[in-house]
Amino acid sequence: MLFTSYLFIGFVLLTLLLYYSFPKRFQWMILLFASMVFYAYSGIGNLIYILTTVLTTYLAATQIGRLQNRTEVYISEHRQELSREERKTYKAAMKKKQRLLMVSCLVFNLGILAVIKYSNFTIDNINKIADMFHKGTISFLDIALPMGISFYTFQTMSYLIDVYRAKHPPEKNIFRLALFTSFFPQIIQGPISRYEDLSQTLYGSHDRNGREIMFGLQRVLWGFFKKLVIADRMVIAVNTIINNTDDYSGIYVFLLMILYSIELYADFTGGIDITIGIAQMFGIKMKENFERPYFSKSITEFWRRWHITMGTWFKDYIFYPISVSQPMLKLSKNARKWFGDALGKRMPVYLATIVTWFATGIWHGASWNFIVWGLLNCLVIMISQEFTPLYERFHRHFPYGNTTWYRAFQILRTFLLMSAIRVLDCYRNVGLTFKMAGTIFTDWNLKGLLQGGWNTLGLTIADIILLCAAVLLVFMVSMLQRSGSVRVKIEQKGPYAVFAVFLLLFVGILIFGAYGTGYDSNQFIYNQF
Amino acid sequence: MKKIIRIGIMLLLALGLLYGVQQLLMPKYKSEILEGSMIAEYYQEDLKEHDVLFISDCEVYENFSPITLWEDYGITSYIRGSAQQLIWQSYYLLEDTLKYETPEIFVFNVLGMQYAEPQSESYNRMSLDGMRWSMTKLHAVEASMMPDEELISYLFPLLRYHSRWNELTAEDWKYIFVKDTKTFNGYLMQAGVKPVTYVPEGRVLADYQFGDICYEYLDKMVALCKEKGIIPVLVKAPSIYPYWYDEWDAQMVDYAQKNDILYINFLDVAEEIGIDYTTDTYDTGLHLNVYGAEKLSAYFGQILQETYQLTDHRQDPVYQKIWQDKTDAYYTEKARLIAIEEAEKEAGQ
Repeated sequence: MLFTSYLFIGFVLLTLLLYYSFPKRFQWMILLFASMVFYAYSGIGNLIYILTTVLTTYLAATQIGRLQNRTEVYISEHRQELSREERKTYKAAMKKKQRLLMVSCLVFNLGILAVIKYSNFTIDNINKIADMFHKGTISFLDIALPMGISFYTFQTMSYLIDVYRAKHPPEKNIFRLALFTSFFPQIIQGPISRYEDLSQTLYGSHDRNGREIMFGLQRVLWGFFKKLVIADRMVIAVNTIINNTDDYSGIYVFLLMILYSIELYADFTGGIDITIGIAQMFGIKMKENFERPYFSKSITEFWRRWHITMGTWFKDYIFYPISVSQPMLKLSKNARKWFGDALGKRMPVYLATIVTWFATGIWHGASWNFIVWGLLNCLVIMISQEFTPLYERFHRHFPYGNTTWYRAFQILRTFLLMSAIRVLDCYRNVGLTFKMAGTIFTDWNLKGLLQGGWNTLGLTIADIILLCAAVLLVFMVSMLQRSGSVRVKIEQKGPYAVFAVFLLLFVGILIFGAYGTGYDSNQFIYNQF
Repeated sequence: MKKIIRIGIMLLLALGLLYGVQQLLMPKYKSEILEGSMIAEYYQEDLKEHDVLFISDCEVYENFSPITLWEDYGITSYIRGSAQQLIWQSYYLLEDTLKYETPEIFVFNVLGMQYAEPQSESYNRMSLDGMRWSMTKLHAVEASMMPDEELISYLFPLLRYHSRWNELTAEDWKYIFVKDTKTFNGYLMQAGVKPVTYVPEGRVLADYQFGDICYEYLDKMVALCKEKGIIPVLVKAPSIYPYWYDEWDAQMVDYAQKNDILYINFLDVAEEIGIDYTTDTYDTGLHLNVYGAEKLSAYFGQILQETYQLTDHRQDPVYQKIWQDKTDAYYTEKARLIAIEEAEKEAGQ
């Protein structure tokens, strides 16, 4: 069920109607039912995967919770009889059991994800190697990717790890855990919610709050605007360039970098706006996933502001655990001996960074493009980290760092750098990507673009003007957001201003949205992850 | 109370704006693809009382002239035709029309039997967008939609035509709320001449049997006519192609016999009608031009008159004024089109 389909809009309206019509104690059950219906619509068989993950996570978390309780009870009951050492030994033994449970469950659920998402990628690589040695090939598996598997697997993993870390107790009701895992607005493309955040409002009783519903609706509309007016119009030009490599090289690849960055931003943030807006209409608060990322002045800052919930997930559950793991601490100790204090200290961090970015890349998709994309991000981050002393020295000699122009330069530099790395999303393989990127330097051809080439990308002059205006509007809204919520600002202008903005946005989407006959129904880009 | 009034005003403003935008963006079909406006024109008829109602595809709205039927026999008639009209659309248009009037004769052109599945979104639109909203239209839309079409876009055509924002012309602004008619009681006049140069052979078909669904809707039309006391008449217009197969004709003859319905295949009597395919068609035989349509209508009018003894309304003051105006407009348009044709011919020489 596409977010941008009439069916989905009807589905949300009906769910809202039921949600606020029934007694409040049934609200979360209605959401669970709606989420199951939504999920089953993608294929009734897919329910098996998500329900298996829910069940195994529930069983493991409950058991871990029991072991934690038992430890506490035992220790408190036998505090007098046991020595400190004995208490420590008992705790360690119990922790080991918990770890075993957690790891088994994680391996099982990650195994499902790995088999479904990465089998064919692995087979493809094995076949390529086999081909080099003229050996036989393995047949590809015919498995469809269940909707949102990467998102819900990560979400349940964080839930289980947090239970293990005793950050929160396990959820006693399996149906409530099922809702946390499958909550329909977020299942497709996140945000990747944490149980301790989402559970605060997900299961609560919510009164019908006109202001919250209106705010949610406004956010949904803003999401639709970005998705339908910008992303789904921009994708026409993007696909024209990607699918016709013989005709579009040089400056077109540079143009692709820019256009794809804008498209991805409009598409992904638009989808998240719809998700968070819908949740808000149900009275549920979700974590923000973006914080004006294109205003970032460095790639590190960019990744703190782009897909925030994914970034923090990788940081909390991969980067930090690896960084502070025993082998890494040992490595750090040895490295300091061999390479000196400064480099020795950084080495485990860099190793953890490489692993994290490799995982980030492969999480995005089973292809070398994404792996290289992740590692390139990692490389840029590490280089900028290594050059930090150099930058600092430069800024001491040339104190322009705080000027508006320098900040604008930093923003532009970060945007172009991120856009350049993202081209790996576009072309079908790494070799072709680098070949096409190379043409920027060998086959610029600005003349070709100016002498009518721009007119062959599938967009009319009216489309281009509309896109420029829409992107400018998004930019202006982003500027306004720096000093607080735009919706609150509009609200302060009075009901007629709210009405006018609402109506203009609604009519604007209806007229200028790239939907319906003549436009392909475009799935959100992040749905594939 | 004040709040309710404010919300009411806002809602009215919103609905007004949406309606206005929708009216602006919907295609007007006034200077091009005139077929698109024909279904809606019916509702503008001042006097919805007709002896004969034609409903079908282009083979009725291009080949039969209600003005000739009026002038020669005093028969009042209307054509609710649309391009590539599917048989279930014909049925629902009949049902729709019978809400306004009950004619004595209902004429259906049997070429509509050839399609057992929806064919094209754009033709669907031309047949359905013009219908007034009712359960009949809803059923017609449901029966006609292509797999990728959405019912809601028929309910709110803005959802279908929104992308026209960058192709609006002066015509869209001119006809935003104003309506006028481009046909003569549903007859779309053409005065060009493009003779038939060869008669194509029909390609061999795997199956000549009309679809079950076509028979189902034909039965429904006949049943509806019988229920309302209307006489159904089946015709096959004398268009050279799309090819009308003998096997198809045999099925229609058989159906007409079984149901005691008059069926006339005008292809068989084209010579008797006096149709000259070198002068009476404007597109090498697909459709007749105004000269051919007048000949065919005169011939068919006589059959209707003799077979069903329809009342001659020419002396009836209720009809006289209305039909005189229609006739005047018809001949003015005919003269205009002929003048254009002659000017083009001269320019060509």
